[in-house]
Amino acid sequence: MEKKWEELSSDEKQEVLFQRWLSPPDIEFASPQAEKLYKERATRIKDAIQLKKLPDRVPVFLIPSFAPAFYSGMTPKEVMYDFDKVNMAWKKFYMDLQPDAHGGAVVPGPGRFYDILDYKLYKWPGHGVAAEHTYQCIEGEYMKADEYDALIQDPSNFFRSIYHPRIFGALEPFKKLPPLPDLAEIYGEAGSFVPYGLPDVQAAYKALLEAGSEALKWAGYMGAFGKEITELGFPSYQCGATKAPFDILGDTLRGTKGIMLDMYRQPDKLLQALEIITPLMINIGVSATKGAGNPIVFIPMHKGANGFLSDKQFRTFYWPSLRKVLMGLIEEGVVPFCWAEGGFNSRLEAITDLPKGKTAWLFDRIDIAKAKETLGDIACIGGTMPIPLLTIGTPQQVKDHIKKCIDTAGKDGGYIMANGAFFDRVKWENLKAMVDFTKEYGVYK
Amino acid sequence: MENSDLVTALADLKEEEALKIVEEKLNAGEDPFKILEDVRLGMEIVGNHFANNEYFISDLLYAGEILRTVTEKVKPKLATTKETKRLGKVIIGSVAGDIHDIGKNIVVFMLEVNGFEVHDLGVDIPPKKFVEKIKETGATIVGLSGFLALAFDSMKQTIQAIKDAGLRDKVKVMIGGGQITEEIRKYTGADAYGKDAMAGVSIAKKWVGAE
Repeated sequence: MEKKWEELSSDEKQEVLFQRWLSPPDIEFASPQAEKLYKERATRIKDAIQLKKLPDRVPVFLIPSFAPAFYSGMTPKEVMYDFDKVNMAWKKFYMDLQPDAHGGAVVPGPGRFYDILDYKLYKWPGHGVAAEHTYQCIEGEYMKADEYDALIQDPSNFFRSIYHPRIFGALEPFKKLPPLPDLAEIYGEAGSFVPYGLPDVQAAYKALLEAGSEALKWAGYMGAFGKEITELGFPSYQCGATKAPFDILGDTLRGTKGIMLDMYRQPDKLLQALEIITPLMINIGVSATKGAGNPIVFIPMHKGANGFLSDKQFRTFYWPSLRKVLMGLIEEGVVPFCWAEGGFNSRLEAITDLPKGKTAWLFDRIDIAKAKETLGDIACIGGTMPIPLLTIGTPQQVKDHIKKCIDTAGKDGGYIMANGAFFDRVKWENLKAMVDFTKEYGVYK
Repeated sequence: MENSDLVTALADLKEEEALKIVEEKLNAGEDPFKILEDVRLGMEIVGNHFANNEYFISDLLYAGEILRTVTEKVKPKLATTKETKRLGKVIIGSVAGDIHDIGKNIVVFMLEVNGFEVHDLGVDIPPKKFVEKIKETGATIVGLSGFLALAFDSMKQTIQAIKDAGLRDKVKVMIGGGQITEEIRKYTGADAYGKDAMAGVSIAKKWVGAE
C-alpha cells in the first residue's frame, strides 16, 4: 500500500517531488524532441544534485536579471509594463541559447502593481532610475531598532500594520488597523472593526484590491510562460524562493547597518527574531514546491558573504537559522538551491553540517578547488562565471574559465555551470560560448 | 606609549565604556581636542584590525556609529576649530545610476581615519559633478564606487569626462565595488582598483607619497 506523505522519509519525499518534476502533469510537450530534451535535462540536474549517479554531463544554467529584455532590444521598463513583451523576450532568450533550465520570467515583476501600491523599497526602471536601468534597493530601517518585540510577539500584525504601511505608500493607513485577535466572539463587540470604516483605510483597501488584480493578471502570464517554456523542453531551476532569516531582517527590515548594530546592542532580541522568522521561511519554501511540482527552491544569500560578518558572528547569527531553514525544507523533500552572491571562501567550513545530496550551492566569487574539497562530498556546487568576464571578456576567455572549473571541481559530477550574480547587459556571444562549451567540454565519459 | 583607556575602549568597540569615559573627561574639563585625538587613535586601531582581517564590515559600521555618538558629545565643547594636517584630498562617490553606498562609506571611513580629507559626493553622481568637484577642491585623487555591472560604463564615462575637461593628468582615479576586476579597471581607464577598502587606502597613500 502506498505510504502517506507524512510517513515518507525525507529521501522518499525528495524522490517523489523529483519524479513529479520529471513527468510533469498537465504538460503537453511541443514535440517528441522537446519531451526528450526536457527529460534529459531534468535527469541531468537531478543526478548532479543527488550525488548518487554520475550525470551524462555538467548542467549549465543562465540566471539572468533583465538580460533577456536587452537581448531582444527592449528596455527593462518595457518588460515591466507589458507582459506579452516579457514572455516574448524571455522565451527567445531561452530558445536561442538553450541552457539546461529556465528560471521563469518573474524578474521584471509587474510595474503597475508597484505603481498602485507606491512601493518604497526599490527604484525601478522609469521610477527613480532610467528606463534602461534595473532595480536598485533603497537601504533603510523599515523596522526600527525598538520594534523587535512587536515582530516577535505578532509577526503577521507587524508585517501588516507596521512594515507594509512603510514599504507601500498606498497602504500607509493600515497602521491604524488593530491586531486580528480580538473579541469578535462576544456580541456587542464591533469596536475593533471601526478602523475598517475610516475613509483612508478604505482607500488603502481599494488600492490593495486593484494591486491584487494586477498581480493576478501578471501571475496568469507567468503561469502561461512557465507552461509554454516547459513544453518547449526546459525544466525550471526554481519553483519559488525563500531566504535566510538573517537576510530577511538585514536586507529590508533593519537594513545592513541596523542589523550590524543589533548584533552588538541587542543580540538576544535579534536571535529571538531570527527564531521567529525561521519557520515562516520554511513554510514559504515548502508551499512553493507543493503548488509547482518542482522540488527546487531558490535562496539568494547576501549578508553571509565574506567580509560582512566575523566567523563568530556568521556562526552565531547567520548560519544556525539558515541551517534550520535548509533542514526544514529538506525534511519536506525540497531541494534548497543556495545562491551565494559575493565571496564565500571564508564560510565553506561552517556550512558543511548538512546531509548529503540535498542541497545545491552556486557561488559568485570562490576558490572552486577549496569549495569542491570542503563541500564536494555533501553537496552539488557550481556557479563562478564572473559577470565582468561575460560583460567585457571574449568567448575564448569564457571557455578557459569553464575548462578550469570543470577540471578542478566538475570531474566526478555534483557540478552545475552557472553565473553567480545577476547579469543584464553582457556580450551575447559570451553567453552562447558559456552554454555551448559546457555542453561540449562537460560531457562525462 | 601605552594607549589611554578611551583609545582601548574605542578600539575594542566598547560603546558604553567609551561614552562613559568621554563624559567623565568632559565633566573634568579635559581639552576636547585631546579627547578627539584619542578618538582618532582608537579609530586608527579599528582600521588596522579591519586591514588585518580581524574586524569586518559589521565592526566598521559599529565603529562608525560609536564615532558619531562620541563626536556629537564632544563637538559642542569645541570653542574653535583646529586645522589638522591632512595627507591629501580625495573625491569619492557612487557613479551615475548606482545608489549603493555601504562599500563607499567604508572606504570614506578608512580614508578619513588614515588622514585624508575626503569629499564624499554621495550616490548616483553624474560625471560632471566629479569634474566640478575636482575644479573646486583641487583634489588629486578620485574614487569611483559601483556595485552594479552598469557601473562599468558609468565609470568609463566619468573618467572620459575628466579627460574631456583637461583634468586627467591632474588626478589619479581609483575604482572599487563588488564586481570590479583588473579587466574592468582597464576597460574604464582607471589608474587602479582596490578589491577592498584597505586596498583603496594603500593606493591613495602610495599616490600621495605617504608610504
